[in-house]
Amino acid sequence: MNPEVGGIGASGMDWEALAVSLRLAGWTAIILLPLALLLARALAFHRVPGKGVIEALVAAPLMLPPTVLGFYLLTLFAGGAPLGRAWAAVFGHPLAFSFSGLLAASLVFNLPFAAQPMQRAFESLPPDVREAAWVSGLAPWAAFWRIELPLAWPGIASAFALTFAHTMGEFGVVLMVGGSIPGQTRTLALAIYDRMQAFDYRAAGAMSAALLAVSIVAIALVQGLSRRVGRRNG
Amino acid sequence: MRLAQAGPIPLDAALACAPGEVLGIVGPSGAGKTTLLRAIAGLCRVDTGRVVVDEAVWFDSALGLDVAPHRRAVGLVFQEHALFPHLTAMGNVATALTHRPRAERPIRAAELLRRVHLEGLEDRKPAELSGGQRQRVAIARALARDPKVLLLDEPFSAVDRRTRTRLHAEIAELRDGLSVPMLLVTHDIDEVVRLADRIALLDRGEVRLEGATSQVLESPLARELVWGETAALASRND
Repeated sequence: MNPEVGGIGASGMDWEALAVSLRLAGWTAIILLPLALLLARALAFHRVPGKGVIEALVAAPLMLPPTVLGFYLLTLFAGGAPLGRAWAAVFGHPLAFSFSGLLAASLVFNLPFAAQPMQRAFESLPPDVREAAWVSGLAPWAAFWRIELPLAWPGIASAFALTFAHTMGEFGVVLMVGGSIPGQTRTLALAIYDRMQAFDYRAAGAMSAALLAVSIVAIALVQGLSRRVGRRNG
Repeated sequence: MRLAQAGPIPLDAALACAPGEVLGIVGPSGAGKTTLLRAIAGLCRVDTGRVVVDEAVWFDSALGLDVAPHRRAVGLVFQEHALFPHLTAMGNVATALTHRPRAERPIRAAELLRRVHLEGLEDRKPAELSGGQRQRVAIARALARDPKVLLLDEPFSAVDRRTRTRLHAEIAELRDGLSVPMLLVTHDIDEVVRLADRIALLDRGEVRLEGATSQVLESPLARELVWGETAALASRND
């Protein structure tokens, strides 16, 4: 038996799709977490004009059907749209149906998963603890590194786990924006769908088990971290 | 120090406190006592005023000067301790020593913890300390800043009566070695009698009476504004 044909292993696992999923989840977390952290901190601590609207926009991907979000993103990324045209002019390839486009979409649909746990974590810090840091002589930047970040880290780790797991499992937006191109935009979730269409239940089962494991680990991590925050604040 | 603002908490107060002196600030709830301390520390900005500590101007609305809280050498003891929960007692105190050379910090932190009778508990986190011990760490942290003014915002309201009495004695002992002005906001008349040299009676943001402790507390105004509320608080705490 040939153990691996076109990225498909003997178990039916599509290693190429797994690699795309891991690359997408990794890059999403690396790019999104610092941006979402700044946004979450600003929403938690400062009087931001239009805060309610911003929070609603951040939460929107949770409520929107993935196909609706995918449709709008695809419209934005298309060669005829200003963003798609500018991207093609600078990078020499279209944004739609590319890994870059998939990553851009991933940053959008993961925003609530990244921003909300961090915002809750920052909001749970007692205001007088931050003030105590300032009157202890710590400049705002030092207070952020030495006091805020260590106290908010369970929220940051939760945001990482949720973003990573959600990217691994996202289907609708990824299919619409990426188009399931093998080796480029076909993620593990899309590969499962393909195998199911081909009645290859063994492969679909193996890949589903892999995604199930990722989800369970992420949920365990998030719950463990939430308990840790609860204990410390209690 | 002179501070004034229209709202959200009205304030129009002018106070002076000499080095080594404890000025008790008493008054009914909502009188602006905490706002006054926060304004001195730079944690809230008032409309107009001037804060001068040891010839350094920290706030002057006329000049548009407002020194950031971390640049004001102020020691503030918060009502609910406000310790850093992820740091040990030693870490909490050392955090306020960043103005000193790195090598000196652990020695100074240990010395301050000894001074507030916490030797042997240096490695405990706030959650592993009693209320009284936490407040001692908060006092050591405030002193670690080498403050030019020490602000105590109802520092013993979160501890039981016995611990409070013990802490009063310790603070009285500590203040002998301090030559900075100390402002003590409190609801506790015993506390103010034991610790303060002078009292300012604040009501709706205004200093209504200022003078020697016994003189102020015996005035009909103090009886009207402070005693009733203190009695109510005491009965609630008991």
